[in-house]
Amino acid sequence: MFSYVVRRLIATIPVMAIVAGFVFSLLYFAPGDPAAIIAGDLATAQDIARIHHQLGLDEPFLVRFWQWAWGVLRGDLGISIFTNLPVWQLIQQRLEPTAALTVTTLIVSIVVAIPIGVLAAWRAGTWIDRAAMAFAVLGFSVPSFVLAYILILVFSVELDWLPVQGYVSIREGFWPFLQHLILPSTALGLIYAALIARITRTSMLEVLSQDYIRTAHAKGLSSRNVLVGHALKNAAVPIATIIGIGVALLIGGVIATETVFAIPGIGRLTVDAILRRDYPIIQGVILLFSAAYVILNLLIDLSYTVLDPRVRY
Amino acid sequence: MTTAPIDFEAVSAARRERAAILELARRHPTVAIGLAILALMVLMAVLAPYLGTVDPQALSPIRRLRFPSGANWFGTDMLGRDVYSRVIYGARISLWVGFWVALFSTGVGLAIGLVTGFSRPVDAVVMRIMDSLMSIPPVLLAIALMALTRASTSNVILAITVSEIPRVTRLVRGVVLSLREQPFVEAAVAVGTGFFKTLRRHILPNTIAPLLVQGTYICASAMITEAILSFIGAGTPPNIPSWGNMMAEGRSLFQIAYYILLFPAVFLSVAVLAINLVGDGMRDALDPRLARRM
Repeated sequence: MFSYVVRRLIATIPVMAIVAGFVFSLLYFAPGDPAAIIAGDLATAQDIARIHHQLGLDEPFLVRFWQWAWGVLRGDLGISIFTNLPVWQLIQQRLEPTAALTVTTLIVSIVVAIPIGVLAAWRAGTWIDRAAMAFAVLGFSVPSFVLAYILILVFSVELDWLPVQGYVSIREGFWPFLQHLILPSTALGLIYAALIARITRTSMLEVLSQDYIRTAHAKGLSSRNVLVGHALKNAAVPIATIIGIGVALLIGGVIATETVFAIPGIGRLTVDAILRRDYPIIQGVILLFSAAYVILNLLIDLSYTVLDPRVRY
Repeated sequence: MTTAPIDFEAVSAARRERAAILELARRHPTVAIGLAILALMVLMAVLAPYLGTVDPQALSPIRRLRFPSGANWFGTDMLGRDVYSRVIYGARISLWVGFWVALFSTGVGLAIGLVTGFSRPVDAVVMRIMDSLMSIPPVLLAIALMALTRASTSNVILAITVSEIPRVTRLVRGVVLSLREQPFVEAAVAVGTGFFKTLRRHILPNTIAPLLVQGTYICASAMITEAILSFIGAGTPPNIPSWGNMMAEGRSLFQIAYYILLFPAVFLSVAVLAINLVGDGMRDALDPRLARRM
């Protein structure tokens, strides 16, 4: 097990290195010359050349990549062109709302989707099944930011139950914090929940057709016991896999959702950075999200041994 | 007087075709509904100038922010442009982007997937790169690529295509790897069928079904990605009436004139839903084993 963990950790190095290479090329090939921007309008060609040299912009590609990558490893993601602040500091300031949003979305989606999927598989072919799968197709089709506006229209503008937008830190009270996250996480979580519900159903149908399920029923276990204790446990590995892969959808949705609800998180930071062409921030955000995605999927891979004792590494 | 001989073959073929369509509608009502909506959307996009629309760019400041009415079916936006006309014309951008992204990414993914499926050294290198690209969330990858170039519809198509290629490559590679182990491919190789002939006759035809399904889903997700890109200001140029752009414009006025945002939103969702229904139906039809389980 330990050697497997080490091997898997080592295997993530080339993946992250290629991501880093891609992210660096982004800045390298980006239009516009940072030296010219820093030098200002009145600069001469010599001024620009001097700043070029100071910033190390006249070094070859590989040397610059190495210098940049070394910086990233030490936690230096560069300086934002627009605000002149370290990118890492900007990201840190925005981390909390995004983390709060994604974690609540993850929890809500999983808690809603797995019972739906289990129920649909248990009652396969009935109206319950059809309703559940209709929900899944709808979830795949309604973009998160479209759903977000529909929810705002109904629950904030018409019914006036929940705030239209904004974010309140958990330090300012749990209820206001939650209140501001209900609509965003519902909007963001729908597609994710649809994905999980669908895989849960497929995986459960597979397991429910096995002989040991019939045996479990025959020896008089309650349906609840069979479904949760026997079936769901054996259907868990594909579900865990899709929970990990689906996070990519979630990250894409975060950017649009934070824009709709004016949540000052990393998604909002990304959008502002794009509008201002602030490449160091774009680089930092891509690196951060990709690293989070890789680490999460690594953890899920490792969780297989817990979910299914037959899996040994 | 001689009458032209009746071509029984053609007649029965036409009859069979009609019967096949009816059979499809009966057995897969959702596919039929999806196809019907999709056909309507395509017709709407093609016939946009003849559907009671006005110039989608025509400004009319005196009639701005009018609520939907007989004169302006979907109301007017903050510059007095007719929302109905803009929504109808917007279908062109969405479907155009969806179609080309699906075509390009399946095409390129097929080519790379075939090569990696057949050559171990290439496979090792290319799949590492694909794995890495897959760890960048697709929307983020498309955003990054859009940040490098100027806003244009073809750049949007390119950016979304690049972000979809790794998944297609993975799919094709998987199909090729499993086909290579199949007895009929081994037999073909054993009797001395050339490499390209094996590829053309035995491998390629078997990749079409999964690619068709995948292509449909890519089309749907590309339309959503295009809308997200435009919505956050990194997509098609703002002067083009795409659904995402219209929603971006309606954002700030949402609480007083929600219809500006709602109509393109509903059309986008319905179009994506139709394509997903077709995709699900095709998946079930092409893989009966999966159909029973899904």
